[in-house]
Amino acid sequence: MLKCSLDKLQALFAKIAENAKLYLPIDNSDGTASYGEWSEGTAWSNALNTTKSPKDFFFPQTEDLMKFKTEGKNIEVIDVRRECEDFVIFGVRACDVKSFDILDRVFLTEPRDSYYAMKRAHGIIVSVACQKPAETCFCGTFGIDATEPAGDVTAWKSEDALYLRANTEKGSALLDKLADLLEEGSDEAVTAQKEKTKKILDKLPLKELTTDAFGGGKTKELFDDPAWDALSATCLGCGTCTFVCPTCQCYDIKDFNTGNGVVRYRCWDSCMYSEFTRMAHGNNRLTQKERFRQRFMHKLVYFPENNDGMFSCVGCGRCLAKCPISMNIVKVMKKIGGNKGE
Amino acid sequence: MQKITREQLLEKACALLASGEVSCVLGWGAGEFGYDVTPTVFKTAEELKEGFVFGDFCGVNFSKYLVSKTQKLEGKILVFLKPCDTYSFNQLLTEHRFDREKVYAVGIPCEGMADIAKVKAIAGEGIVSIEAKGEKLLVTTLYEDAPVEIDAKDVLAERCVNCKSKKHVAYDELLGEEGDVLDSARFDEVARLEAMTPDERFAFWQNELSKCIRCNACRDACPACTCEKCVFDNPNSGVENKSPANSFEEKMFHIIRAFHVAGRCTDCGECSRVCPQNIPLHLLNRKFIKDINEFYGEYQAGAEVGARAPLVNYTTEDLEPGEVFDRRGENA
Amino acid sequence: MNNVNDTLIPTVGVITDVRIDTPDIKTFRVVTTDGKKAFDHRPGQCAMLSIPGVGEAMFSITSSPTNTEYMEFSIKKCGCVTEWLHQAEVGQQITIRGPYGKPFPVDDVFAGKNLLFIAGGVGLAPLRSVINYCRHYRDRYGDIDIVYGSRSKADLLDYQEIIDEWSNDAGVRVHLTIDNAQPDWDGHVGFVPNYVKELGFDTNKTAVLCGPPIMIKFTLEGLVALGFDKTQVYTTLELRMKCGVGKCGRCNVGAKYVCKDGPVFRCDELEELPSEY
Repeated sequence: MLKCSLDKLQALFAKIAENAKLYLPIDNSDGTASYGEWSEGTAWSNALNTTKSPKDFFFPQTEDLMKFKTEGKNIEVIDVRRECEDFVIFGVRACDVKSFDILDRVFLTEPRDSYYAMKRAHGIIVSVACQKPAETCFCGTFGIDATEPAGDVTAWKSEDALYLRANTEKGSALLDKLADLLEEGSDEAVTAQKEKTKKILDKLPLKELTTDAFGGGKTKELFDDPAWDALSATCLGCGTCTFVCPTCQCYDIKDFNTGNGVVRYRCWDSCMYSEFTRMAHGNNRLTQKERFRQRFMHKLVYFPENNDGMFSCVGCGRCLAKCPISMNIVKVMKKIGGNKGE
Repeated sequence: MQKITREQLLEKACALLASGEVSCVLGWGAGEFGYDVTPTVFKTAEELKEGFVFGDFCGVNFSKYLVSKTQKLEGKILVFLKPCDTYSFNQLLTEHRFDREKVYAVGIPCEGMADIAKVKAIAGEGIVSIEAKGEKLLVTTLYEDAPVEIDAKDVLAERCVNCKSKKHVAYDELLGEEGDVLDSARFDEVARLEAMTPDERFAFWQNELSKCIRCNACRDACPACTCEKCVFDNPNSGVENKSPANSFEEKMFHIIRAFHVAGRCTDCGECSRVCPQNIPLHLLNRKFIKDINEFYGEYQAGAEVGARAPLVNYTTEDLEPGEVFDRRGENA
Repeated sequence: MNNVNDTLIPTVGVITDVRIDTPDIKTFRVVTTDGKKAFDHRPGQCAMLSIPGVGEAMFSITSSPTNTEYMEFSIKKCGCVTEWLHQAEVGQQITIRGPYGKPFPVDDVFAGKNLLFIAGGVGLAPLRSVINYCRHYRDRYGDIDIVYGSRSKADLLDYQEIIDEWSNDAGVRVHLTIDNAQPDWDGHVGFVPNYVKELGFDTNKTAVLCGPPIMIKFTLEGLVALGFDKTQVYTTLELRMKCGVGKCGRCNVGAKYVCKDGPVFRCDELEELPSEY
């Protein structure tokens, strides 16, 4: 276990930023936080988490895939992919670190998505253990320990120091470069910090929420549950839940005519949108109930069926905080499947 | 903080259901933490008793739901309307967006709704319950043993701080006391933006709108946005509801939307309430309202059913475009 | 980086022939810019075709894999991309990527079986690939029956090929039908599902269905009434797709992605899916 005293934190950031771009949660003027690039003097936010998840780093909201030049009947495809440089995402919470595993299942499964894969290969994740989980947190439901986040480096913050442990080769290489600013730290401070957090985790209102009623093979049982009607009755069909979700990864591919060639880009899309499945000859999900059900069935049944039981939710609580009508996966899990989640 | 209680509303709803006057109730459903209230369709007294809530976090404006619900649900729908909601209700009726006969509207007084972000700014995160006690809110968090006591007036939502009216402009029945149209300071912030230089103002909106994630929540919650097929949902429009191809597009989305609801927006404030990125979208709409008031005389959308709004009503007194430009020189 | 392939990045293809099949279906022959077949495929698989600035869409490959020189796509005019393609001339370049999806099990399940192909309208397009594959390897399969129907004679896809080639093959029986009688038609008149019932096939066959959802529904019911088990019947699904490789999420139904787990499904497998296709 290594440690860096908190008064040297800016020096630590400066050192990291010498070799790689450094991104970390930064406070916004409205009391929220978002990931931004560190520059001298940029303070690390104390917020529990950012409004938008860090999935943007690997799967940006919009991303150019290629360009085309057309002349008469001819087309030229221009590969716009560029080798990216190493970058460090600092301060990632346990839930969000886990979300990268879930995204990997999608994008790194053959055929690998080279756009995602490259950014993933160059991203170094420094996670930080939670100290004050909030009421909306339920990462424990998905087997995530908020006090032991994964990532290339795991960090714990105490009153006066940041404790750091490398988990991967990438992480070790990063800490090696920071050696001047680090000293040996005892495990005790970390253990004490974890104990404090665990006391809060034990009090979380969603602590009892379980996935028992869900998982692969439950399609028949849950798809026709009468509760879907009431749950989806006032869904606005907006994309807020999808866009703040760290694991939602549906995308659209669109062409944009720049006037000087065509850019083919991809952008986040939402299964909650009425147009998502619309085809020239019809739409297989005509009402919001069907679209709403798809989102939750995918996270709680279809995804685990295809991914060794891994659920496509990490309990980060963003949808709980941000849905305009406060409808969310927790309310769904408590109602669907005969209240087995309660 | 609210003068009308859950029990009063529950009693009214149950009585109307029991008499057969209405077949369902559009009301606020209980959440997990006291503040996360979900608009809910209740069909029985049992469902109401179990899940219906009313309190300081019941800001959702139900008016827009009537467009779809009156088409889908059988029988009459009971809807509870706060004063500001009644303006949206009337505006939708003016635009023939739902069948008035299928709705039983109960007007309820409102003392202003709380903004959970403001509560958190004072009481901190980790809120597990919020209890109203007179003019105070008792906020219990995960981290403190004793509840934090805060003044309800300190956490009023912006739209309630600048409440334009406590008067109901539509209802079948009114519970509690009727209020008045208020003098509000709601245009002060617009005036502040108007006083900026064009560059400052551009920077302000650039900063705000660059936060947009194009989730469409503002549009989907907006009672003035009731097109059967929004241009932003039309794949052939090239601006389908997707994230922006460039930073210009997100501005276009909001500006086009503001233009489209100009003269019809009642300033209910739902757009800003639902924005996950806290963009003060209501300021765009208020700018239009302020301009309309200044150019054509005071006009409140939704105040009367069937009113001819200035923007769709030609009169010989209408000002010339040149006068608009001259009004504030290059900053107009 | 640019030496790493990505399935989303297409190759450029050239339309070398355009055949007008029916009033709203054209068949396009496509090769790469150096005149070769863009990639190998199996019967029933699909490819993503695009016109930059217009869009990209998934089409079944109509030509048989045994054709090693080019690919063909029979495309009905029904949306942006297809309308644009219908105006395209020979020499027009497009982009192509693939192959996508699970093919018909021609080399295992179908081997040695009597085959019954049933198609309606443009539904013949994906079946043409597998029919011609089976005709090419004729000795690997038993009797082949083909029931094909369309609105009118003019709407029958590949009519000349059916009459000139398929009908003349040993052990291949073709049963054509059109929805309404017309003067120059002396064949059967009536809808495909009814015709299948009238023909009353023996159940010693593996059946393949392709056509509009309503035709598939009633034909399947007809086959079941004739004693077919759903495990003997294959069909294809079509949903909106963007990536073609099970990532964009659009064609997800239950735990399946039509682009990668389909488009070919056995009818009993479909019963396991939620009814959202």
